[in-house]
Amino acid sequence: MTAYRYDGTFAGFLTCVWDALERKTDPEAFLLPDGGASLWEVWEPATDREKARRLYTALKKRVSPAFQKLIARGFLTCLPEKELALLTLIRRGLAEGGRVRLDLSDPVMARVNLALTKMWTEWDHLKGFVRFSDLDGVLVGEIEPKNRVLPLLAGHFAARYSGERIVLYDRTHHEAFLSDRGRWKLVPAEDFRMGPAGETERSYRAMWRKYYKTIAIEGRTNPKCQSTHLPKRYRHVMTEFLTDEEMEGALPERSPARPLGDGTKKD
Amino acid sequence: MEVMDKLTILADAAKYDAACTSSGVTRGGKPGTIGTAANSGCCHTFSADGRCVSLLKVLYTNYCCYDCAYCVNRRSNDVPRTAFTPRELAELTIQFYRRNYIEGLFLSSAVLKDPDYTTERMIETLRLLRTQYRFNGYIHAKAIPGADPGLTYALGLLADRLSVNIELPSESSLRLLAPDKSRTAIFKPMAQIRDGAAQSKAELKLYRHAPRFAPAGQSTQMIVGATPESDRHILSLTEGLYHKYRLKRVFFSAYMPVSDHKSLPAPAGFKPPLLREHRLYQADWLLRFYGFTAGEILDEAHPNFDAALDPKSDWALRHPEFFPVEVNRADYEAILRVPGIGMRGAERIVAARRYGPLSFEGLKRLGIVMKRAQYFITCSGRMLPGLRFSRDSVYRRLTGLEQAALGGGESWQQLSLFGGEGGSV
Repeated sequence: MTAYRYDGTFAGFLTCVWDALERKTDPEAFLLPDGGASLWEVWEPATDREKARRLYTALKKRVSPAFQKLIARGFLTCLPEKELALLTLIRRGLAEGGRVRLDLSDPVMARVNLALTKMWTEWDHLKGFVRFSDLDGVLVGEIEPKNRVLPLLAGHFAARYSGERIVLYDRTHHEAFLSDRGRWKLVPAEDFRMGPAGETERSYRAMWRKYYKTIAIEGRTNPKCQSTHLPKRYRHVMTEFLTDEEMEGALPERSPARPLGDGTKKD
Repeated sequence: MEVMDKLTILADAAKYDAACTSSGVTRGGKPGTIGTAANSGCCHTFSADGRCVSLLKVLYTNYCCYDCAYCVNRRSNDVPRTAFTPRELAELTIQFYRRNYIEGLFLSSAVLKDPDYTTERMIETLRLLRTQYRFNGYIHAKAIPGADPGLTYALGLLADRLSVNIELPSESSLRLLAPDKSRTAIFKPMAQIRDGAAQSKAELKLYRHAPRFAPAGQSTQMIVGATPESDRHILSLTEGLYHKYRLKRVFFSAYMPVSDHKSLPAPAGFKPPLLREHRLYQADWLLRFYGFTAGEILDEAHPNFDAALDPKSDWALRHPEFFPVEVNRADYEAILRVPGIGMRGAERIVAARRYGPLSFEGLKRLGIVMKRAQYFITCSGRMLPGLRFSRDSVYRRLTGLEQAALGGGESWQQLSLFGGEGGSV
């Protein structure tokens, strides 16, 4: 009975997979550095970039490019015990080849695919729902996604605003996307709070909020439909759903007790 | 007047236009410009009525020289009037776009002085956006019927999508309610846009730098429920528009009581036919993605939608000879006709069965919801074990599901508006 502990990076995970394949025993669980004590014996391989690179290449060459992508993207999802599921798939992939990608009704494959679908949905949502504020010429925003979608959003925003400087902070995964006129990188960042807005920024926020309210047709009010398309968990960092006080300072923390705006609040 | 007030007035005047899509064209980022576009479009928020907000949807002006009865901006209506200047609107668009509030601009306009003058103002705005502000994002512009074809062409070179609203589903309704607009005046620019886009596409094959005319195609919208046309009439018209004018989208807008004109339903107590609009969109989807024809969905015996059932289930129940569909062998097209299975589900089935035969258990793991589908499919020759039903019991169960999906309660009661036969108000 062994648990593998790794540093949370993709390379660290692939190192674990390499060892599991070599030792021919599957771990019972994967642990992160802050994962606490374990009942199992713990194996903690040091992240080996060379092993990771070779395994990653093998996923493409020996299985298929689509399979390699499946594993890499699957690692970004918030699927519980994603490491075990991905290890199972890698084992099967290396044994059976690219065909395994089609076995959509296999329970493990189905679970990973569902997690991926949800992640792409969240990515698609956030491409639209991210809100930037112009703070001294820098576009600044915060998100709180379930999946680690920031690396997937990075290219989109870097291309869209290629002449701008951008900071987009992921509160869940403590990671920031920094872009300076099209050149971008991702950096870990423990904490980040957006500063207060200047006058021009405030006036555009006010216009957007007014526009948002005006564009709805009174006779068709439909909060259920609205929530289906725009789940409430996104709203606490979206300009059009903030209260007046929240507009003044930093973006609000998320807390379950806090009633989320429903778009009908007074201006 | 402050820009804030102009925005409020001109957004309010534009909100009854249903289209707010930013789809149909893909454009990557270019250094020195701002903006990109994605084929699938992008929703940036959803308003309290549940509609997608993708573009900054405003009128250039709401000063209008026409007097169409169904329209809030009609000359005789007493509302505050204003107009943007091209620079104000371009600046506003860019500032909203930078903050990721919007995917681009949807510029429409009431008819200020005459169609040519209005179109010129719109062109000026878009030219400013594209050239001075280097805006590379999405632009949807409304072509003004009656404008000079040369001006409409210039507009199409700056916009991604053009649209001309056909407003009402028939010529007689148009004559009655929009005396200043004629059917020919509407279809002429539509044909021009179709031909312009086709020509532009052909030229692009020869010269990479040929000008792009409305690369995201054209769309239109019509108001439903203000006039007495049947659902079948509207759906056939829609199908014709897709075929004849190569439209990308046809939008339907449930009539909102904005006027007490004698030819329109009286505003007091009038409820907009939202469910009917919903059924039209469902049928529109069947036309565009599911390989149905208008004649299959509604015919002379059934000129209107069954208010209690979605059109796909309705068709399935009227065609027992088509079912059951064997999921392990049937074509993609046949699987698509099964109620409860959508495009993504059908694609997954076709992919997964290449690995091995599918069971009901396997279908569920693929994410196929069986509530509706179970009555219409077999897996390796067998129906779902233990399932017993008759046509009537399936009808009852499907309508029950539909009622629950529509949220029961109020929207369901709206059905009484349509009467037992459904359809016209």
